[in-house]
Amino acid sequence: MSISTQCFDVVVAGGGQAGLIAAIVAAEAGAKVCLLEGAPKSYRGGNTRHTRNLRPMHDGPLSVLSGVYDEHEYWDDLLRVTKGKTNEPMARMMLRESAGCVDWLERRGVQFQPPLGGTLHLGRTNAFFMGGGKQLVNALYRWAEGLSIDIRYDAKVTDIAFENNRFLGAYVGDECIKGKTFIAAAGGFEANVEWLREAWGPVADNFLIRGTPYNRGELLKLLLDKGAMQIGEPDQCHAVAIDGRAPKFDGGICTRVDCVSLGIVVNKNAKRFYDEGEDFWPKRYAIWGRLVAKQPDQIGHVIIDTKSKGAFMPPVFPAETANTIEDLAIKVGLDPQTLKETVDQFNAAVQPGDFDHTELDGLATAGLEVNKTNWARPIDSPPYSAYSLKPGITFTYLGVGVDQSARMLMSDDKPSENIFAAGEIMAGNVLGEGYLAGIGMTIGNVFGQIAGREAAKYALNH
Amino acid sequence: MRSTTNLDEAARVMTICNACRYCEGHCAVFQAMELRLEFNTENLDYLANLCHNCGSCYHNCQYAPPHEFNLNVAAVFADLRQENYAAYAWPAPLGRLYSQNGLWISILTAIMLGLFMAGGAVLTGADFFAAHPNQFYGVISHNVLVTLFGTVGILVLLALGLSIRKFWRAMSLPSPWSLDWPSVWMGVKAALSLKYLDGGNGQGCSYPNEKPSMLRRWFHQATFWGFMLCFAATSTATVMHYGLDLPAPYGYISLPKILGVLGGLGLLIGPIGLLMLKRRADPAIKGQSNSGMDTSFLVLLFATSITGLLLMLLSKSSWVGLALCLHLGFVMALFLSMPYGKFIHGFYRLIALVAFAVEQQKHQAVVGVSQANRIEMENLS
Repeated sequence: MSISTQCFDVVVAGGGQAGLIAAIVAAEAGAKVCLLEGAPKSYRGGNTRHTRNLRPMHDGPLSVLSGVYDEHEYWDDLLRVTKGKTNEPMARMMLRESAGCVDWLERRGVQFQPPLGGTLHLGRTNAFFMGGGKQLVNALYRWAEGLSIDIRYDAKVTDIAFENNRFLGAYVGDECIKGKTFIAAAGGFEANVEWLREAWGPVADNFLIRGTPYNRGELLKLLLDKGAMQIGEPDQCHAVAIDGRAPKFDGGICTRVDCVSLGIVVNKNAKRFYDEGEDFWPKRYAIWGRLVAKQPDQIGHVIIDTKSKGAFMPPVFPAETANTIEDLAIKVGLDPQTLKETVDQFNAAVQPGDFDHTELDGLATAGLEVNKTNWARPIDSPPYSAYSLKPGITFTYLGVGVDQSARMLMSDDKPSENIFAAGEIMAGNVLGEGYLAGIGMTIGNVFGQIAGREAAKYALNH
Repeated sequence: MRSTTNLDEAARVMTICNACRYCEGHCAVFQAMELRLEFNTENLDYLANLCHNCGSCYHNCQYAPPHEFNLNVAAVFADLRQENYAAYAWPAPLGRLYSQNGLWISILTAIMLGLFMAGGAVLTGADFFAAHPNQFYGVISHNVLVTLFGTVGILVLLALGLSIRKFWRAMSLPSPWSLDWPSVWMGVKAALSLKYLDGGNGQGCSYPNEKPSMLRRWFHQATFWGFMLCFAATSTATVMHYGLDLPAPYGYISLPKILGVLGGLGLLIGPIGLLMLKRRADPAIKGQSNSGMDTSFLVLLFATSITGLLLMLLSKSSWVGLALCLHLGFVMALFLSMPYGKFIHGFYRLIALVAFAVEQQKHQAVVGVSQANRIEMENLS
């Protein structure tokens, strides 16, 4: 075992947005910083590579954002999606701090996308990264290099030297990297299928992982084993229904299938199982991962007819198509008779009304075991199309507890003296359940800044 | 309808990009892509010519290699452009000159230099290395020059015109008489300002490396306006010669000289800058098949300019014959390579940008869409 003689002020584990920001803030405060990124350079940045925007509070127009998105409205949104599973003082502090995120990033070379007019209607609440999260990752790595931060790739933390709730050093294989403080920013465990199986049972084998294969939660497990306070449960995850043909890992945004509300969804027995038109798709896509996960073999099939062609974001894989429902069933491996019956029953149950996909049009079915409550047009115009669905895990909620200065809490509620946490590894403190577009990046950004600031302050005074 | 591996790969890549759309802020390629659900030869040729090979979308791509989706829009479109320059070339067999482009342009240049040297030497005999009272016209007379370059110019214009017409039609644009002029003006403005070399928000594109930079835009502007000023110098001189009976040579304080010297400087700075950036550029975005097309064009522009400036400085000395023949050799090679080299990109980009402006105006795909099959995209979220 080699122990490097060098001792850093701050050792950061994880090179996604939270870790990068923590490292940069600490280095700008004068600390000597080492950033340990578990992935190789080409896959650096964790799930930040797959993100697209963040959600800053603003009391007036801010950079690329229009209008006002104040603490009051933001808090209401957060309270609604978490159903109260949040920490109000900490969450409100985070919302207020988020007002400075965009400016902080822009000053360090990150670019935001000017409004394009028409394509996306999130110009008020969400600031989009030009080109996506990888542009942010690249810009922040460039900035970090300029600050002479010691960046190491392929440097997964395998153990930590820990004594009396104090961090002494991080092991990367045989090498021990000593530091006065440690910032844990290595993400969740969604890519660790074995761990998911412990929580979900064998169904986890059929989950697809939308993000980086490097988020295996090793550091999270290490910290919990060393006595960190646990936040959330291992079976909590953000899961959406994505195309069943997507790669096992790293499929990212493009594997989503956005036509559920326009058609019907059946399981492998060719039976419907949930109201496809319950609400607007952006408000419902996150429950479909769990819904499909509960179906036999964790598979679903969304079926639309030609009326819906072009009315949703084009999927990455082509649909299976056929001119009859029976032929379509054969193509996707469903029982033709049963699917025909399901579609016929659905079509017969459609009540009169006008279709309007831009509002809750109330065009519904009646008398079915599972009714569709909006946008229920009969599936009767060939060619018919089918997309398969599988649960795609975006992120996990299990994490370590922190206080408002991003200091990691131990299981006795006391903060560790020199360990901090930021990003997905602690997001559950604020986001105990549910999801708001861009909130993950906002948490990572705010807590990254706090952790970097506090760690540097501690290190430079000890 | 062409069907090639480049088109297949471009369609595969665009299908994935169209489901992602993170790059929509970068340039016209992605905004044009978003108006479509399917990709075919025409619309891929269109998208390829909207692409300026800046690399922003490659460096910012979550699916770039080593990801299994292996997306590299910049390289795919570079190869596809190389292919469609050949496909739209007139006469069709000469489209083959686009493969091994650097090689044939080098050979052409060598031949032209040789011919002018020999021609100059034969015409002037022992006076090849002598000063002449009427400067370079003493080496090769005005009428010989006009006949030579006039004939070649007409052939070049014909080849360019017919290639451009073929591309224009593939882009589904109406006849020039029924164009929507505000859209045309938008396209022209985007082309002249090199709008999409700004990375999408004025900070520059990822060229030559991942860091946003405006260098390529500036060097390209120097090259383009340098060329245009030289063109203006020649045009002014023609008017002065035939219209005002003021034959060359002209003094330093004359319109042709001022325009020509400024243009010449642009054509020194621009091509050198672009060549330097090209050397430093990430090889990943260059594509497989450029085969020296960009480099040979830049070198010809540079050589034309520096020999032109040399000729100006040496026109009263005994080196005038050599300088003139060198200059004319490069100019002739540049002329002859115009319809079958990188020069054509300016026209195709301009046309693609005009088509893009038309589409943006209508919020609807036009290129590569049959009239009956047009889908109203307004309802797309």
